[in-house]
Amino acid sequence: MRAVENALEITIPDNARIIRNLITGIQYVQDHVIHFYHLHALDWVDIVSALSADPAKSASLAQSISDWPKSSAAYFKGMQERLKGFVERGQLGPFSNAYWGHPAYRLPPEANLMAVAHYLEALDWQRDVIRIQALLGAKNPHAQTYLVGGMSIPVDPNSQNALNAGSIAFISGLAKKALEFVEKVYIPDLLAVASFYKDWAAYGEGTGNFLVYGEFPEDNASNTDNLWLPRGIILDRDLSRVHPVDHVKITEYVTHSWYEYPDGDGSSRHPWDGVTDYRYTGPKPPYEFLDTDGKYSWLKAPRYDGRPMEVGPLARMLVAYASGHKRVQEVVNHVLKTLGVGTEALFSTLGRIAARGVETLVTAEMLPVWLDELSANMKRGDLRIHDGGKWDPAAWPKEARGYGWQEAPRGALGHWLQIRNGRIANYQCVVPSTWNGSPRDAKGQPGPYEAALKGTPVADPEQPVEILRTVHSFDPCMACAVHVVDADGREMTRIRIV
Amino acid sequence: MDKEPEREVPAGETVYEALKKRGVSRRDFLRFCSMMAAAIALPSVFSSRIAEALDAAKKPYVVWLEFQDCAGDTEALLRASKPTVADMLLDVLSLEYHETIMAAAGRQAEKSLQDVVRGQKGEYIAVVEGSVPVKDGGVYCCIGGRAASEIVREVCTGAMVTIAVGTCATYGGIPAAEPNPTGAVSVQKAVPGTPVVNLPGCPANVENITATIVHFLTFGSLPPLDAVGRPLFAHGKRIHDNCERRAHFDAGQFARRWGDEGHRQGWCLYELGCKGPETFQNCPTVKYNEGTSWPVQAGHGCIGCAEPAFWDRMTPFYKRLPPPPGFGVESTADSVGAGLAAVTGAALAAHGIGRLLSGGKKEGKES
Repeated sequence: MRAVENALEITIPDNARIIRNLITGIQYVQDHVIHFYHLHALDWVDIVSALSADPAKSASLAQSISDWPKSSAAYFKGMQERLKGFVERGQLGPFSNAYWGHPAYRLPPEANLMAVAHYLEALDWQRDVIRIQALLGAKNPHAQTYLVGGMSIPVDPNSQNALNAGSIAFISGLAKKALEFVEKVYIPDLLAVASFYKDWAAYGEGTGNFLVYGEFPEDNASNTDNLWLPRGIILDRDLSRVHPVDHVKITEYVTHSWYEYPDGDGSSRHPWDGVTDYRYTGPKPPYEFLDTDGKYSWLKAPRYDGRPMEVGPLARMLVAYASGHKRVQEVVNHVLKTLGVGTEALFSTLGRIAARGVETLVTAEMLPVWLDELSANMKRGDLRIHDGGKWDPAAWPKEARGYGWQEAPRGALGHWLQIRNGRIANYQCVVPSTWNGSPRDAKGQPGPYEAALKGTPVADPEQPVEILRTVHSFDPCMACAVHVVDADGREMTRIRIV
Repeated sequence: MDKEPEREVPAGETVYEALKKRGVSRRDFLRFCSMMAAAIALPSVFSSRIAEALDAAKKPYVVWLEFQDCAGDTEALLRASKPTVADMLLDVLSLEYHETIMAAAGRQAEKSLQDVVRGQKGEYIAVVEGSVPVKDGGVYCCIGGRAASEIVREVCTGAMVTIAVGTCATYGGIPAAEPNPTGAVSVQKAVPGTPVVNLPGCPANVENITATIVHFLTFGSLPPLDAVGRPLFAHGKRIHDNCERRAHFDAGQFARRWGDEGHRQGWCLYELGCKGPETFQNCPTVKYNEGTSWPVQAGHGCIGCAEPAFWDRMTPFYKRLPPPPGFGVESTADSVGAGLAAVTGAALAAHGIGRLLSGGKKEGKES
């Protein structure tokens, strides 16, 4: 959408910008909470241990960190009974065959029980609050109201078929509910769990380079610099300098990817000239191992000025922090102080998890602000949602090219395209998990996942929960394969991270 | 809440017992059963039969596979409200394998899958999300070194029933769109001869997923399907025929531009490319996210995502269709589903007159 708008020099109306901010905003909040509780918590929280918790102690723990109302001993006892009934039935469903009882699990049973209770509460909460996106986007997942030039959801306080005062009240109520859960459950849980795993502030660093396109535009110009979460680059963990982003410096390698370039495996290409000619050279399935000296991935290897870059909430919070974003600085400093660690702790597995929490909180705080902007426009009688000047391809130039950026929940997402004679001549996406999950490039530089696993201690190679912790901390968008190789280059074990 | 005292529960507890144990009252349970009866378009007397069947059924084992997919249907599953996703994960289903949600990884995850496929042969439900690439020996989607085409064959041929969720699993979806570089096919094509229920949509509506499972558990058979494998209770009628904006179509009132007065007043989106007249799904009645909205309500035409090959057949999305047939619900998926060509022509003359009479005077004016 933004890439086409950039190519055709379209300026979207103010209401479209605000509605997009609201949709992206609630997406961050909901997605990050799901990641924490449902996709990542069980790497740190032992469900089975929760069975032996004293519910009264869980209650005192919960009450000591938050005034969330569901925190009585009776409540946790009920949760524990439900869990017990579930386990006794012998059908463990999604919790079967995990690493329960592994020595790397360090929470006391009471904290485990609290986290499991909130796992279930968060399941109910997320489906409720994401209805903000359903209202503005028609459905979730897969919002369907985005148009080149604006949005399709009409705005009109005098119509029952458009966003009106009732819709504002609906969104406002859910936004309040979203923020309350983040403040009173997610953040206290995150800090409580993190306090038992502080050594993870020393593992899982990755590349130390961070790329952020920025998000939540505050004016309507295409690819504007005026962003609530700023654009920028941090190199070599140096928070004293934020470098500008120049899209021309982004290229992709296929040295270790199952693609071919006209200029060979040593070359790299900017996405405008990107080529996606696939040629699989791996083993014939079924196979046990891939040869990582050759080609081993369907991901290309994106690089910025030749460097591998990490993208995502940690990158966004670091760039905001280093750019002087006041609210981000306040919350990051609060988290660091509570855990008793310095900024260097941010460059780690734990830092990635904490940054996601910080971003959730500050974004949830912004939902009412954007909603007020929308109400103010409605009050003024500004009902425009779409610029249709270029809707008809006849209005397009014969040739055009453009790029558009979005900070998806998982990180920097860029689309580059060329238009020729009213049609797309080339379209290339460089997505967050390609940056983070990138294979090695022509110089042999590993991507962030690979780099982050270096030096991770693994107590039991047959049950490598430690590996899951670091890879899951990136919030990979896919089930992915990780091969652990010991110092002699011999493969120790192969696990699939799902 | 008529909570029961704690007790030892043998494996194989029934769905209702499980719900009761966690505090769901008989009344709530029966309400759920009536809701399900309504969802699968049965007279209300059937709700007691559903209740009986769920009372007797074990928590069914479910294996959920993902191949060429975006996890959109998994996200949809997480939005389930009746029953809620939390109840479903703990009490209603036994979801033994699901890459996104399960706690286990690696060999332990493989073990979970094999435990069901070998240990519960013929007794589990397979749900498949995503298309299956079959070109070049299936190298374009491998999990744990095994080709998706091989995994789907093993899992689905041993299943009691297979449910394909979302447009990629049902009809190939985006991966199968021209030029289909990986040879992506639907589950039904990947496992010919195996009974498959198709629940298309992008994403599939979770209410239809739940209703299909309950139908199967209740009656021990698949719900009646149309010619392209979709349950009639969810795909028996055209969107156009149940559309909340249908009166505006009949009156010749059309939104012409995004945000014009007609668009703001909820007029018909046909001129903006709506594919509702060609698409068979219960979106207008069930909606998404607990009835919050659906595309037409949010001012965007239907894009036909529940139809086979929609990516190739329903584009360009914003070009209006040839006039659709008639006023009524006389056409079924079987007669219309063959494609746009099948619906051109004479049947629309009547409607054309309606529009002439309206004289275009009711067109929305631009804001």
